[in-house]
Amino acid sequence: MTKQKLVYGSVVVVAVSLIAALLVALVLYAIGASPLATYKTILTGPLSDMFGVTEVLVRSVPLLLVGLGIAISFRSGILNIGAEGQIQMGVLASTAMALAFPHLPKAILLPLVLMAGALGGALWGGIAGWLKARLQVNEILSTVMLNYIAAQVHTFLLRGPMLDPNELETGSGTPQSMRLPEASFLDQIVPGTRLHTGLILALVAAVLVWVLLWKTTLGYRMRAAGAGAKAARYAGIPVERYLIIAMLLAGGFAGLAGAVEVTGVHHRAIEGISSGYGFAGIVVALFGGLHPAGIVPSAVFFGILLIGADMTQRSAGVPANMVLVLQGVIILSIVSAQSFLRNPYAQERLLRWLGGLVPTALRSKKGVQP
Amino acid sequence: MTCLEPISELKLEGITKRFPGVLACDGISLEVRRGEVLALVGENGAGKTTLMNIIMGLYRPDSGTIYVNGEPAHFRAPGDAYARGIGMVHQHFMLVPNMTVAENLAMGLKQLHHFMRLDLKGAAQQIREVSERYELPVNPDAYIWQLSVGEQQRVELVTTLCLGARLLILDEPTSALTPQETDDLIERLQRMASELAIIFISHKLNEVKALSDRVSILRHGAVVFNGRTANHEPSELAALMTGHDVTLPRNEGSGLQGQPLLSVKNLCVRGDRGNLALDGLELELRAGEILGVAGVSGNGQREFADALAGLRPVESGEIRFEGRDLANRSPREIIASGMGYVPEDRQTEGIVPSFSVKDNLILKDFASRNFSRFSFLRRKDIDRNAEALKERFDIRCPSINTATGALSGGNIQKVILAREIARGPKALVAVYPTRGIDMGAQEFIHSQLLERRREGIGIVLISEELEEVMNLSDRIAVIYKGKILKILPAVEATRERLGILMAGLVDTDRPPAPATPPLPVAGAAHD
Repeated sequence: MTKQKLVYGSVVVVAVSLIAALLVALVLYAIGASPLATYKTILTGPLSDMFGVTEVLVRSVPLLLVGLGIAISFRSGILNIGAEGQIQMGVLASTAMALAFPHLPKAILLPLVLMAGALGGALWGGIAGWLKARLQVNEILSTVMLNYIAAQVHTFLLRGPMLDPNELETGSGTPQSMRLPEASFLDQIVPGTRLHTGLILALVAAVLVWVLLWKTTLGYRMRAAGAGAKAARYAGIPVERYLIIAMLLAGGFAGLAGAVEVTGVHHRAIEGISSGYGFAGIVVALFGGLHPAGIVPSAVFFGILLIGADMTQRSAGVPANMVLVLQGVIILSIVSAQSFLRNPYAQERLLRWLGGLVPTALRSKKGVQP
Repeated sequence: MTCLEPISELKLEGITKRFPGVLACDGISLEVRRGEVLALVGENGAGKTTLMNIIMGLYRPDSGTIYVNGEPAHFRAPGDAYARGIGMVHQHFMLVPNMTVAENLAMGLKQLHHFMRLDLKGAAQQIREVSERYELPVNPDAYIWQLSVGEQQRVELVTTLCLGARLLILDEPTSALTPQETDDLIERLQRMASELAIIFISHKLNEVKALSDRVSILRHGAVVFNGRTANHEPSELAALMTGHDVTLPRNEGSGLQGQPLLSVKNLCVRGDRGNLALDGLELELRAGEILGVAGVSGNGQREFADALAGLRPVESGEIRFEGRDLANRSPREIIASGMGYVPEDRQTEGIVPSFSVKDNLILKDFASRNFSRFSFLRRKDIDRNAEALKERFDIRCPSINTATGALSGGNIQKVILAREIARGPKALVAVYPTRGIDMGAQEFIHSQLLERRREGIGIVLISEELEEVMNLSDRIAVIYKGKILKILPAVEATRERLGILMAGLVDTDRPPAPATPPLPVAGAAHD
């Protein structure tokens, strides 16, 4: 019985994905690109050489970290849209830490820098959590607004107090911080590429999140608070406290993603460093079913999409922003598939409609007999 | 579809409906004609709702045909069913509280909608006509929120009739009514039945017996019995409905009552709207007794239970449990003091619906040393606990990993009861423990409560089912407007007397014994 339901659910999900692909194909067609060629470039191009593969993984690392944080907050009943701002706070905090203690040995400085990033993000996420728990402020509003504030703080610091003195001298004016001391860099895994040990960190984090959510009492409390606040309160779980903890953790993972981007890839804070990972991370988490085992492949998949989109821009002249369209369509299709699966009347109507399309002779085979 | 003759006969033939993994209706054939009441009974999940949704055009059957007046009919939406004179009154009223009766009718009646003008006078006129014709007094200008539940029920009937229904489907119409309102409704329906056809869905067999001419019993999506109601006893119908003999257990009154366990003094608690929902409530519970709290819902039961569980702030007064005042303590402290609680809202308060059965069974104890060590959950012990409780409490689920929200109401209640009882509480508060639950599960839950009573647990049973209260309680307290109006021993309680008290009328001027037959509760289990 449950197996049938699982198969049925998967069929719906696959069907919805195909519809999503079709919708994007329409958009591609409208801008004059060949949908098939574009899809082929996006999906196979990035994996055709070693460089592509490492670049995909470089993109997957922040996506994975952010996605894990999103999973914690969503599982705890908070729709955290604020990862973008939390990343930026993590970037600032980790950069400040690295620049403040440039002479510390690597074994001390690198962990300190990563922790500072996580703390910065946690603080930013914690504000929204506290507002929600104590004052019932809607977390969607507060996290979105905090994103704007974080963006302004980020801009202000990088153009003012934290601006690289060299930029002032040369007058080129790129809003970025000084280059970090080498003791704060994440090592490269594959020499000659940008792939860094942040990948290992993120994979370990995925395992830890799984253990936290499903193997510990803290995870049980957070999931109970998220999945049924009323029942959790009834069972003596102080729901509000776990909302705050969940947001601290979610912000912490986003902040860590920012710190990893700084120490692993850019080696300094620059404007636009988060490049939308905070929003893409939400899609990654939802596409991965809010479970680490799903989020890991989902992060790689979206890494492929990001690199693939860059490639189509160069080869087929399709703007890389098409990936944003793809992301939007994927979110819409996941959400509609979920509500479709919850609504028996809609399922009935669709089956009826499909039944009308199938010729009479085939009906008994499909099991639809309107 | 305008000038079709009114419905005089509805016939279903071989209706089959399959959902992924479930056969909801399995070749159901039924017939009902004008002047007749057909009772459709069956446990939860027997397929009653699906069948009614098919008749109303919300679902289309996989096979089988609906005949109206002998001709096949195809309903694509509720509008099609209404066009042929079939109307449904849902269990949960479909009325907008801050609109008047006439405005509620006007929503569904297209001919009242003119360009830039809504003919509310016409609506009121229609309501008056219908309410006179069927003797259903309704004031078209009253706002819904001003009306009692019984009056709202009448509004539902009148608007359904105004929409042209001549075959009424009533889905558990008495579930929210007081005993008096129930008797009144049944009387009115009996009178209306001469001009209409009625399908009456219920699992209260005494009402089925009182109202219906014929009865059809559904089990697992198939009709297992068709017959004339007059020829069959309720116990026989109950057995057919559940598939085995059902005798609801009764409190035999034996056993010793122990020390006072819980004493509530002058308790004042505010409701959701800031009103004083409990206004000086007082009662005392002893170990080893079941204290029934009878009352029409909305008289402070929810607030009382919430306050006992620490889920609602106490304005004043005290809740003394084994000598300790529990008023305004946190839920966790109250749980730790040995208070068990089976909440009214079992779907979202008693369980986390998306959690598995095994996880819900440790909802209050996951942090105890039995189920965790150094804040890591001990999965093996949790599994073992779930398997043992599943066995002991006869929880019917595909596996202990099934999402609890997917189970039937009766099985969800068994999960809650299993958890609360397995914790070894000293007192248990059970709110509407069998509301909407089928007879098999009801029997099990009742016998569990009685067994716990014998073990010396004090139980507060809050219920509006008079049979339940009278069957199980040692003493019965009647709650009305946030106060306990009267506490009487269960042997002195009768349906009538409780009904009068529940309506807020104090019966002190009436000598209890002579006015009622001695031991009138005997045989009240079913009829």
